[in-house]
Amino acid sequence: MENIIKVNNLVKEFSGFKAVNHISFEVKKGEVFAFLGPNGAGKTTTIKMLTTLLRPTDGSVEVNGFNVLTDKDDVRRSLGIVFQDPSLDDELTAYENMEFHGVLCRVPTDLRRKRIEELLKFVELWERKDSLVKTFSGGMKRRLEVARGLLHRPKILFLDEPTLGLDPQTRNHIWSYIQKLNKEDEITIFLTTHYLEEAEKVADRIAVIDHGEIVALGKPKDLEAQTKTHTLEEAFLTLTGHGIREEEGSALDQMRIRRRMRGIR
Amino acid sequence: MSAIYIMWLRQLKRHFRSKARLIGSLGQPLLFLLGFGFGFGSIYQRAGGGSYIQFLAPGIIAMSVLFTAIFSGIEVIWDRQFGFLKETLVVPVSRLQIMLGKTLGGATVATIQGLFVFFISLLVGFRPTNLSLLPLAFLFMFLIALVFTAVGTAIASTLTDMHAFQLIMNFLVMPLFFLSGALFPLEGLPKVMSLIVSLNPLSYGVDGIRGALIGIFNFGVMFDFMALLGSSIIFLFLGSFLFGRIEA
Repeated sequence: MENIIKVNNLVKEFSGFKAVNHISFEVKKGEVFAFLGPNGAGKTTTIKMLTTLLRPTDGSVEVNGFNVLTDKDDVRRSLGIVFQDPSLDDELTAYENMEFHGVLCRVPTDLRRKRIEELLKFVELWERKDSLVKTFSGGMKRRLEVARGLLHRPKILFLDEPTLGLDPQTRNHIWSYIQKLNKEDEITIFLTTHYLEEAEKVADRIAVIDHGEIVALGKPKDLEAQTKTHTLEEAFLTLTGHGIREEEGSALDQMRIRRRMRGIR
Repeated sequence: MSAIYIMWLRQLKRHFRSKARLIGSLGQPLLFLLGFGFGFGSIYQRAGGGSYIQFLAPGIIAMSVLFTAIFSGIEVIWDRQFGFLKETLVVPVSRLQIMLGKTLGGATVATIQGLFVFFISLLVGFRPTNLSLLPLAFLFMFLIALVFTAVGTAIASTLTDMHAFQLIMNFLVMPLFFLSGALFPLEGLPKVMSLIVSLNPLSYGVDGIRGALIGIFNFGVMFDFMALLGSSIIFLFLGSFLFGRIEA
């Protein structure tokens, strides 16, 4: 299968601190690829570089055959994204937020109306479509964000913690819809999540990232075999350590991880 | 084109939905009209300047356009703070179109604001001398709006937090207003001040509106028009350049 995302030696430095440190990986067309890592591991920074929101310090990224530095508009046309933090306009209604996105992504009017209705009904916000977003609860806003990200059926869908803060019912509901999109419309999915059981269930391949480096990459089963563990959660903890993370890991943490990596490779 | 339209529409919806913002933004021009207009009115008259309200009203109209326009541009900071900016940055639309739509929307809002203040000034006794030149006055309002929405967008594109807002207010917006001839005639100013006034795009806007409404031009109608048009082109370029460089 051909690769739809190619990342080569990608680096992002913030005033001396390497948030992403020489990572390379490929995502195959049509696959569900998960990025796992503790807080501050570099997941969101990587996604921002892949989606043209942040300039890489070094290295190259190709998305759908386009370079993220030189063909920004083509890259943006190929992708959709659900952000980790809120990105709705509070002073517009749910419907207007959807419509705004649809128009900017050039979804033809009839199709746009049809899909907005379908998606708002799907996330159970159709009755509230004309309410201002600022009157919504956290979960409702999250659902609206997910619905908006699915509106224009991109080639690649980036989901940065899409189900954060949602109840299990809604999470299930959303994942089954995403899996349907992946199967039926062959949309490549690139996701990050903290819910390991979700990653295990939906992802074809998983990359574990820590301290800006990829420490393991493979099918969920492979990761468990590599670390001689039985669940993805154990594998994850073995790979990234048990210490609770601040945004930057401590030197001790880093040492522990190096040792573990050497142990398993 | 539809991208520019939807960005434009968003600015309008946001502005006119907030009743508090609408009423609040009319309070200040009214205060200036009443306070300055009647406060200095008799001194101005005794000094031989004629009716101060006649002189002042075009300046206050220009002021309200200036304030609304700069704030519309600066909304980019709010969009960044509340996350919406990211949404406009990842859609497959050129930054130029996003910036143009936003700027035209902000400029439209600011022009409408200017119209409101024009009607308020009629209530406090302002009388335009030549009604057939009203469209010309509106054109000047729109040009002021365009220049300063672009200025606001340009500034906001380089800032990352809302706290710089007060700084902009005190060191840019108020000086622009005070050194524009909105409050006082430009004849006989000290050389330095007169130089600053001539570099301030708002001076030409004030002069244009005042000329169209009461028939007194300081710089001349063509000169006012060209100066504003030139400024708006420069700042639109600058604004779209800086907006294009934003990273999330």
